[in-house]
Amino acid sequence: MDKNILIVGVGGQGTLLASVLLGNLALAKGYDVKLSEVHGMSQRGGDVVTHVKISDGKVKSPLIEKGEADMIIGFEKLEAYRWLPQLKKGGAMFVNTQEIFPMPVVMGQVEYPEDIDKMLADTAGSVKEFNAMKIASECGSTKAVNVVLLGAASEALPFEQEEWMKVIEENVKPKFVELNKNAFMMGQQA
Amino acid sequence: MTKRIMLGNEAFARGAYEAGVKVVSSYPGTPSTEVTESAAKYDEIYVEWAPNEKVGVEVAMGASIGGVRSLSCMKHVGLNVASDPFFTAAYTGVTGGMVVLVADDNGCHSSQNEQDSRYHGRGAGVPVLEPADSQECKDYMKLAYDISEQYDTVVLMRSSTRISHSRGIVELGERVEREKIPYVKNMQKYVAMPAMARKLHIAQEKRLNEIEEEAAEFLVGEGALEQPLNRVELNDRKIGIVTSGICYQYVKEALPDASVLKLGMVNPLPKKMIADFAQEVEKLYVIEEGNPFLEEQIRAMGVPVYGGKDMFTIQGEYSARMIRSGFGLETEASALEEATGNAEIGDAPGRPPLLCAGCPHKGLFYVLSKLKTTVLGDIGCYTLAALPPTSAMDTTLCMGGSITMAHGFEKAMETSENTVAVLGDSTFIHSGITGLVNMYYNQSHGTVIILDNRITGMTGHQDNPASGRNAKGEPAPAIDIATLAKAIGIQHVVEIDPFDVKELERVIKEETAREALSVIITKRPCAMIVKQTNIPRNITDRCRLCKQCMKIGCPAIEEEAGHPIIVADRCVGCGLCQRVCPFDAIDSADTQESEGQ
Repeated sequence: MDKNILIVGVGGQGTLLASVLLGNLALAKGYDVKLSEVHGMSQRGGDVVTHVKISDGKVKSPLIEKGEADMIIGFEKLEAYRWLPQLKKGGAMFVNTQEIFPMPVVMGQVEYPEDIDKMLADTAGSVKEFNAMKIASECGSTKAVNVVLLGAASEALPFEQEEWMKVIEENVKPKFVELNKNAFMMGQQA
Repeated sequence: MTKRIMLGNEAFARGAYEAGVKVVSSYPGTPSTEVTESAAKYDEIYVEWAPNEKVGVEVAMGASIGGVRSLSCMKHVGLNVASDPFFTAAYTGVTGGMVVLVADDNGCHSSQNEQDSRYHGRGAGVPVLEPADSQECKDYMKLAYDISEQYDTVVLMRSSTRISHSRGIVELGERVEREKIPYVKNMQKYVAMPAMARKLHIAQEKRLNEIEEEAAEFLVGEGALEQPLNRVELNDRKIGIVTSGICYQYVKEALPDASVLKLGMVNPLPKKMIADFAQEVEKLYVIEEGNPFLEEQIRAMGVPVYGGKDMFTIQGEYSARMIRSGFGLETEASALEEATGNAEIGDAPGRPPLLCAGCPHKGLFYVLSKLKTTVLGDIGCYTLAALPPTSAMDTTLCMGGSITMAHGFEKAMETSENTVAVLGDSTFIHSGITGLVNMYYNQSHGTVIILDNRITGMTGHQDNPASGRNAKGEPAPAIDIATLAKAIGIQHVVEIDPFDVKELERVIKEETAREALSVIITKRPCAMIVKQTNIPRNITDRCRLCKQCMKIGCPAIEEEAGHPIIVADRCVGCGLCQRVCPFDAIDSADTQESEGQ
């Protein structure tokens, strides 16, 4: 079993917590796992990507390259599109429909691509696009958007419900555990 | 056995902890910062943020002479700052074990260059270790301290972005407390003046030769994980690859059947081992990110290298795919290639990083952009002001370089009119103070703007000598920058809120026109360290579409059908847009407070 999961978004969206949860799930289950992430300058509102590689064998390179991702979890639509080349044939995409305009778009130098939905649908084995921000907000905090997306993606990941609940309990501040568990389950139903 | 997922940098800190390290002194710098932050969480270790890397290495050296194991961590360019003590500590050797950890940034993820620090280790004449995953980060650290004490040498631990910022599984061990080595005065060893230095240089050469000869016996890791530091993995003999660090992982993934010589120590090189390996394989290749550090030395040994930098670039980061393609191996078509025939997408707009909503720097750079001021800039979050829409920075070279370059620029231009040096509080303390002394002494008429946001921002909010807290998060004395500037003798020192844009504009005009040295200190805390009002602003129908609000480069302000709009869930309620709006068209949306986690 090898699972390559690419988590992409905009700096500040909470992509890092999502990858840490996945990493700890893999560890608890006895898999080998490597994560690779972005710190520093790019975190300030730039595009961010976290590579998560899980294997029942040994993970070597921490990077997911073109055509190697079993799954892309996109926290923002343009970022899901940007990383589309990494998707494996038949790969799955879970995408938050939120659009955050990058500065070149705000300044009118370039257009935000209009045909992203179609490109994703034509390329990926499966696409689930939904408003994860809205669900997170209904659960009590827009910051839970990461856990909502994980909930949606959980159908394609090799972990049981109780394992998910446990990893949330162990990695989220106590007062936000219930909120995040709820957000996860709402994501599963999305 | 406890296993944890650890960032490479956390694992380095764990290794230092288990090795019994007592003193850590570092300056933050991506991708090295989290080593020191993680070390600060262990109660048994004294950890401090130093004002710069030179100070950090000197503190670590003092601690070593005082008889305990010590560590100083930095990014690659930080090692340049620390090179003065580093090169001579390489002569004197140590008492307690001492490691200097340097993290290179191949790919320039968060740096001004991608220099290859292995050359510093070789130039200084110290052993250089290079781990290849998080487990090795921890294990190599422990070995480094043993080598340091056994051979009486500083050890350079070399990391890179992909090692420091990848997470992997690490088996934890126990900390071994070490007896303090009693201090004995030894001026022959520790006073590096000419007569002693010549002898110390001879001793240094001798120990490097010993390390090279004995390296084959160096073992790293514990129990089932124990392996030789430099090791040969013989497989198919057609291809033999010499590699180290992260490239080892790429090689193993791309060419699982090849024979590999994995170097855990890249200085001094195990020449005999390399020559023997070359004999075992048909064609020898060297795969290393950065410059041909290994390759040139191997060629100089007279060992033929079939492929090295003629196959793979000195630029950026490598990958398994790149190595596969270098060896002409097929890769499976991606979903996109299958669907469109193209491997790439051409029309995704770039997303350059930008200053956060509520960032205090935005007020200053809005004004500097408006005044079309020439800005000699520096290293920090504020370097992002060089990008549109503010485009308010002309140069960025190195830490503290803004002040000194502004001085040279003034001497060439024969005026300092409408020209400023801009740097942050932490950068000023790192290496701006000497430049300011130079300006005062050499009678500059320039203007220096110090952005005092009470924190070291870009590297992830570390405390510094002006922030009032130490590396452990405890209260600490804070340097007052205005008092410091006045103590130098500078007469014109102004402190101002950078969001008071009207007054700031007046002050900048006045001080840049003045034929005297001035210091302007913009005081407002980083938006990420203080609670924001989070009451979103709203652009009303009084808007006359002048779009001044779009010139501050706020991530919360977008344009919809020709009208600027504020995206409520991104607005932190700082009110800067209200202050720059000439038509008073921006209100607080309502009293509804958005929830923060």
